[in-house]
Amino acid sequence: MLENRRFVIIIFFALVGLIYLLRLFYLQVLDESYSIESSSNSIKRVIEIPFRGQIYDRTGKLIVYNTPVYDLLVTPYKARVDDTLRFCQVLGIERRDFDSLMAAASAYSRMKPSLFLRQLSKEDFASIQDIMVDYSGFEFAKSSLRTYTAPTLANTLGYVSEITRSQLEKQEEPYYRQSDYIGQSGIEKIYENELRGKRGTKFVMQNVNGVYKGPWKSGELDTMAVAGENLYTGIDLEVQQYADSLMVNKVGSVVAIEPKTGRIISIVSAPTYDPNILASRYFSKNFAALVRNPYKPLFNRPVMASYRPGSTFKLIQALIGLQEGVITPGSGFTHANCPMNCHNHPATGSVALGVMHSCNPYFYNVFRRLIYKNNIQNTFKASAVGLDNWHDRISKFGIGQRLGIDLPSEYKGNLPNKKYYDRFYGEYRWKFSNIYSLSIGEGELLITPLKMANVAAIIANRGYFYTPHVIHGIGDKKTVNPDFLVRHETGVDAHNFEPVIEGMIGAVEGGTARRSKVEGITIAGKTGTSQNKKGDDSSIFIAFAPVDDPKIAIAVFVEYAGAGGSAAAPIANLVIEKYLTRKITNKALEERMLKADFMSKVILPGQKKPVPVDTTKKKPVPVKTNILNKPVAVNP
Amino acid sequence: MAENKPITKNIDWIVVLIYIACLGIGWVNIYAAVYNPEVQTSMFDSSNNAGKQLMWIGTAAILIVCILVIDYKFYETFSFIIYAVVILLLIMVLFAGSNINGSRSWIKIGAFSLQPAEFSKLAVSLAISKYLSDPAISLTRKLKDYYPIMGIIALPAFLILLSNETGSMLVFASFAIVLYREGMPGFIPAIGMVMAALLIITLLFVKWYIAAAIIVIAGLVIWLMPVMTRRRGGLWATIIVAFVMIGIVFGVDFFMNNVLQKHQRGRIMVLLDPDSDPRGIGWNVIQSKIAIGSGGFTGKGFLQGTQTKFDFVPEQSTDFIFCTVGEEHGFAGTAVVVILFISLISRLVILAERQRSRFARVYGYCVAGIIFFHFMINIGMTIGLMPVIGIPLPFFSYGGSSLWSFSILLFVFLKIDAQRPFTLSRG
Repeated sequence: MLENRRFVIIIFFALVGLIYLLRLFYLQVLDESYSIESSSNSIKRVIEIPFRGQIYDRTGKLIVYNTPVYDLLVTPYKARVDDTLRFCQVLGIERRDFDSLMAAASAYSRMKPSLFLRQLSKEDFASIQDIMVDYSGFEFAKSSLRTYTAPTLANTLGYVSEITRSQLEKQEEPYYRQSDYIGQSGIEKIYENELRGKRGTKFVMQNVNGVYKGPWKSGELDTMAVAGENLYTGIDLEVQQYADSLMVNKVGSVVAIEPKTGRIISIVSAPTYDPNILASRYFSKNFAALVRNPYKPLFNRPVMASYRPGSTFKLIQALIGLQEGVITPGSGFTHANCPMNCHNHPATGSVALGVMHSCNPYFYNVFRRLIYKNNIQNTFKASAVGLDNWHDRISKFGIGQRLGIDLPSEYKGNLPNKKYYDRFYGEYRWKFSNIYSLSIGEGELLITPLKMANVAAIIANRGYFYTPHVIHGIGDKKTVNPDFLVRHETGVDAHNFEPVIEGMIGAVEGGTARRSKVEGITIAGKTGTSQNKKGDDSSIFIAFAPVDDPKIAIAVFVEYAGAGGSAAAPIANLVIEKYLTRKITNKALEERMLKADFMSKVILPGQKKPVPVDTTKKKPVPVKTNILNKPVAVNP
Repeated sequence: MAENKPITKNIDWIVVLIYIACLGIGWVNIYAAVYNPEVQTSMFDSSNNAGKQLMWIGTAAILIVCILVIDYKFYETFSFIIYAVVILLLIMVLFAGSNINGSRSWIKIGAFSLQPAEFSKLAVSLAISKYLSDPAISLTRKLKDYYPIMGIIALPAFLILLSNETGSMLVFASFAIVLYREGMPGFIPAIGMVMAALLIITLLFVKWYIAAAIIVIAGLVIWLMPVMTRRRGGLWATIIVAFVMIGIVFGVDFFMNNVLQKHQRGRIMVLLDPDSDPRGIGWNVIQSKIAIGSGGFTGKGFLQGTQTKFDFVPEQSTDFIFCTVGEEHGFAGTAVVVILFISLISRLVILAERQRSRFARVYGYCVAGIIFFHFMINIGMTIGLMPVIGIPLPFFSYGGSSLWSFSILLFVFLKIDAQRPFTLSRG
């Protein structure tokens, strides 16, 4: 009897053995959670973040590069800080910050290192490196910081910052991880995929205390980090900074385009800020200050701000009129029978003169003919047909369309068509008399400075344009986005441009913009005065030069600065001269424009009249990365 | 009556070969566990554990030769004396022992330390075998025959507990296997297992749910029971068993919170949920599972282990030596080790069963049971199936005392087995 118990015993032994074998098979072969990549803590997967691509100007000067910086990481369970006071002093933080940083790190993980202080400069790192040896649980990680050679182009370049929670969740491929950097606006955002490069992965061995013990498998599985692609812009840094200086104490934009290519030479959004302040460890404080600033320095005016084109729109009206054949270069109109006022000027017996003197009744009549086409049997129907035909013509100039510039949030603008007015008035319940303010660029028309610069480029090219773009070369091979090589025709014949250009030359030589003419350069330009609901008008000027071989087409918008000739035209012509000759002949004009201050006239959204300005006169103070410096806010 | 045939003819070579294989694999893995890529030392360098283990292996070989030379009757004759000597050593160590890792259980002789507790297994095995070799003793019928056995086990167990070596004490549970083979009613180990199961269930679930489940099961049992059984007292027996079980469930709760020390409670809780204390008690279990799990099917290769190399797994060359096998040799390696052990233990049971004397059979089962228990607890803890109890893996773990004691334990049996053709059956 009892002998049979040996079988029970052997079966019991074998059963335990079998259970262990199954368990081992599960742990070692089936269960992936213990595989090297996911769980092994002796082999650490180190992600190497490559340098972002650098950005160059048209002459090969660096605009954006990277500075190596050091992030300070803390592993809470290892951290030992005996004299908090000295520690805080060394790092230039306050006791409060120390406590909250430690709490945040502990909340994330007590075992894993988390970020304690970001972006210490090389100098700071050198000065505290030795002292930090006294405190266990802290380590440095190398990273890099965007650095800008000049305090300009802030909105165009955009900024790079830590990826947000919603961005993390929205990404289609799981590329970014928490605390990764990503381009948030401007070029940095649009060209994120090109700029970010390719991350490298290194497998390194470490012991239980996290001490580096060499590469794993001699680096067989490692991949190298590949730096991001460099970007080549058409920006002329010297001209850009000159335009910046002219736009100090003004709200508005300057956009200059090379007409033959569509490359942007200069793009100013005023007021601006030094992009370096958003590439520092004080990002959040500085960013908050920029957001609070009532003049919205983060608003990229050249592509996002909407204005009425004012008289600059008359150029397009004249071009369409000539192309449609409703006028000839010699057509003349008087002020009679026109509901619009005009200023005193000689009779406008030709298109050129109409443009030169910016005669309102002249373009009232041109537009009337464009709409009615001499067919006034049924004015309602004629208006409807005429407007849509006109709309199609104008659209070709990029009005009411997105041009497709390589900057985010481009504003589409507004170009009304039949449908648009039908919604207000009902079908065939409106006619020319309801919409005639369009003839001089007022009414429901909305454009951006970029669009008007593009119109200047179209006229300079006598009929076509290339999509304005900031980046014309990506990487060493300088690859071009093929969209930027497509020549867009406007459907207006080259010969129809001549009378208009003649009028534009007249405007600069002896017309509305005569006070800002430049000796030795023939500039063709057109002023515009865009009405604001409250306060002064905004000053607009579009131009190109030289007339025979245009190298630059420009649009300048200065908000609340009055007539086009008073602020926009001088600034535009100074920029043109600077670009073409690299020197300024009319020093008095330059001096006047540098000093001009229109901030006091600006009416902020939600206000009825201009408020006295003081704070925005101070330019944002770039933060020196000296560690002992307190964060510097833009508007104290 | 003893024909003096050379021992090499009669000794069971299967066991010897498995023994040598275990020592060899163990030694290589100890070297891997202490291997430091920055300060490389040879396998034979006595400054590292592998070199020292080689010395222990050498001395064990000498011991084995002595054991095989000594007359087999010596062990049976002197079993109580050996027992007495070990008990004396255990008492001595309480007063004169050196404190290593919180337990006063080591005797220092020069540079080496010996742990008498390790040898208590041999002593208790011999004593129990000797006691049971009396044909008048019956474990089936007489309860009073259990008292001396309990005494034999309880005395060293108590002394070991005093020196704070709980792990070694638990090994005495392995004698249940011998007693079962020798006639202890099957319900006793069954109750033991049910108790253990209830203990774990109690820790995992809410007490009242378990009580309800027990009542439901008892009801089902009564309902399904043949009418005759029910009338003959099956009804009341089931009800009583159910109530006792519910009592245990509530008792366990009390036991866990009021009787067990905090670290012991922690070890049991960690078994159920290692993540409950990842940096403390759970650390060992998690790290050991990662090390073994990261080995995959074929392992990372000899000396290529990283978890075990960089101090993630504690006690790598002693209690957690199995992790090194798992990490560097993968499932292939761990399966070989498990199969080696099961083969060894099964072979010992077969050898025990062919003994003519009861003394030899009981002793054989003692050896098989002790090795099995160590195997089950040690490997079970590294793969998270058993609580962390610091007992070595026989023949693998680094350590002189354990290697010596297991070698003596095993080869005394092999010596007795080799003399089997010349022994008269007495039981």
